[in-house]
Amino acid sequence: MSIKVLFFASLRERLGRGDVQLDASSPLSIAEVWQQASGEICLPANVLVSINQTYADATAQVQPGDEVAFFPPVTGG
Amino acid sequence: MIAVELHDGSFDPWRYLTDWQQTRQLSARSGATAVFVGTMRDFNEGDDVQSMYLEHYPGMTENQLHAIAADAQQTWSLDDVCIVHRTGEIRPADAIVLVAVWSAHRAEAFAACRHIMEVLKHHAPFWKKETLRNGTTRWVDKNTPG
Repeated sequence: MSIKVLFFASLRERLGRGDVQLDASSPLSIAEVWQQASGEICLPANVLVSINQTYADATAQVQPGDEVAFFPPVTGG
Repeated sequence: MIAVELHDGSFDPWRYLTDWQQTRQLSARSGATAVFVGTMRDFNEGDDVQSMYLEHYPGMTENQLHAIAADAQQTWSLDDVCIVHRTGEIRPADAIVLVAVWSAHRAEAFAACRHIMEVLKHHAPFWKKETLRNGTTRWVDKNTPG
């Protein structure tokens, strides 16, 4: 199983990647997903997180097969 | 009912509303319609803006807009809610967003329309990247106060 990780907008440009597949056979924390997918240690405080296209907080657990997205504050409308 | 649409290309919000009213059987209960249209400004943070690119998260964006409309329908007594939002390349004076709410009375229609716009601004996954008149580009990192 894998975890699909997406980055959007300025975060995607800064990291130089839009999506990453992580191999995962057991649940991971958001911090672990961030570290493995971004290559950076700490999740920046203003970065928003979703799991399976629903907002999640930084303490959530990610299951194998989940889709996780990291993105900056939203500016629509 | 709830209608959510994303447009990757310009749309005319007033024609959209006319078409809506002509093609749908409006509830005779609806005594009030509140409409908000957001259009692109040609200035931001003191700079002239030439164009803007609006990125979104396909799937989550539509789901969030639908959830915002459904939540408003739970809070107020609304007959219909319609949210239309642009994506992609946008020019000044283009419509970015249309929110329309039909309800029995004006208080609910006004309140729900305002609420939907404010929640959309802070929760719907869209990101604006501006191209300034001098050719430089930058991501918009925060919303205006309102």
